[in-house]
Amino acid sequence: MPDVWSLYSKKVMEHFKNPRNVGEMENPDGVGHVGNPVCGDIMELYIKVKGSIIVDAKFKTFGCGAAIATSSIVTEMVKGKRIEEALKISNKAVAEALDGLPAAKMHCSVLAEEALKSAIEDYLEHQKLKKQT
Amino acid sequence: MRRIYLDHAATTPTRPEVVEAMLPFFTNAFGNPSSIYSYGQEVKGAVEEARTKVAELIGARSEEIIFTSGGTEADNYALKGGAYSNERKGNHIITTSIEHHAVLEVCKFLGRRGFKITYLPVDEYGLVDPQDVRRAITDKTTLISVMHANNEVGTIEPVAEIGKIAREAEVYFHSDAVQTVGHIPVNVDELKVDLLSISGHKLYGPKGAGALYVRKGTKLVSLMHGGEQEKRRRAGTENVPAIMGLGKAVELAGREMAKEAERLAYLRDKLIKSLGKKIDHIRLNGHPRRRLPNNVNVSVDFVEGESMLLNLDLEGICASTGSACSSSSLEPSHVLLALGLSPEQAHGSLRFTLGRENTEADVERVLEVLPVIVARLRAMSPLLKTQK
Repeated sequence: MPDVWSLYSKKVMEHFKNPRNVGEMENPDGVGHVGNPVCGDIMELYIKVKGSIIVDAKFKTFGCGAAIATSSIVTEMVKGKRIEEALKISNKAVAEALDGLPAAKMHCSVLAEEALKSAIEDYLEHQKLKKQT
Repeated sequence: MRRIYLDHAATTPTRPEVVEAMLPFFTNAFGNPSSIYSYGQEVKGAVEEARTKVAELIGARSEEIIFTSGGTEADNYALKGGAYSNERKGNHIITTSIEHHAVLEVCKFLGRRGFKITYLPVDEYGLVDPQDVRRAITDKTTLISVMHANNEVGTIEPVAEIGKIAREAEVYFHSDAVQTVGHIPVNVDELKVDLLSISGHKLYGPKGAGALYVRKGTKLVSLMHGGEQEKRRRAGTENVPAIMGLGKAVELAGREMAKEAERLAYLRDKLIKSLGKKIDHIRLNGHPRRRLPNNVNVSVDFVEGESMLLNLDLEGICASTGSACSSSSLEPSHVLLALGLSPEQAHGSLRFTLGRENTEADVERVLEVLPVIVARLRAMSPLLKTQK
């Protein structure tokens, strides 16, 4: 039987099998929490920022193969990026970095983008509060 | 890697004896059963023999069996045919919230065309209460459809009791029995059904073959119009090879069913029990006793079903989940939600359905592999932390 018919690209499966940057972060500078149990995907993304550069990122995800792979790759993509650059990472870029996702799974790339944005917003929010005090 | 197939509720491998029974009907015995010359009449005789075999397995008469393209067509025929043939009497249909889509989507279709549909709830084990059926019947009710056993959680419904109620009320009673025929005893008189759906590929027969049992005197509007096949009830040249395959499959099932059900029930119980011991925060879905002999359905807390399936697949194990992450709707299984599971629990469900080729070694392999997978996925689950 030909092996070409599989649900996910090799890249997705590679990230699913060996997800990068899994786990919680101690004292993160920003935390993003997105998704809901009804749709079956929940992502938590943590970032560490030094001088407006994201120096570390970690995640925890409850979800399908695509959700785990998009979380994994987005943590790789943001590391070393300046905040303004990281904010430009789109769901499409996430999906492309994984050599594509099945149509029904594109929402997972959206979730990864949202998790990242939410973590950055959380960071910026804290920065604002720091300045005020 | 040796693959272990544990998704027999989805489909079963066609048995070699079944394939062998089908083969001559592609080549030498290619005739059209409607033709009067020998090529045709020989095939017609073979089709009638297959019909008798199907009838015998479920305690019916051969003239009460209509061959269809499968379970979905049988369900469509029973529901649409039953609903439209009774339009003068009424427009109310009673079914359950845990039916297969081949019934539920037909009901939704009929609902959009003026029929009133009552979807009965089930209890935490997936059981329909026959008294709910009784209470739901009105003078406009023309059809009741309750599945014999649920394909996801394996719960066997009190169909005979519901049949009694339907008969007293003089309402047509249909049961989707694609998960039970050939696996556990099914007798149309004991179950008091007027219509019963059968699928070939769920009992080691070919895909594209099925049947609808239609009790004598039950009026159905046809879905397929054309030639005079199946006594004008289902037009279209018979799918003869598939019908021959179905005939062989039911013959073998009838002979081997009792012993096989016992063997599978042992493996099922071993898997259920041992999973409970090896994995914490796991629950059995469906009824603990009124259950298909081959069905194991569990919910594993804090992890999602598709990621478990993918990991099992990497180990060569094929199973199924009620998580709808792979469907476009994103809603988890309607069956598990009807049983009262939370969306997280439904997304964390796994179904193993055992079959003929499975051995105790297969069960042991699942027990060896799954706890490791669950531990790995739980380590990356944000749900576990919030539960601590």
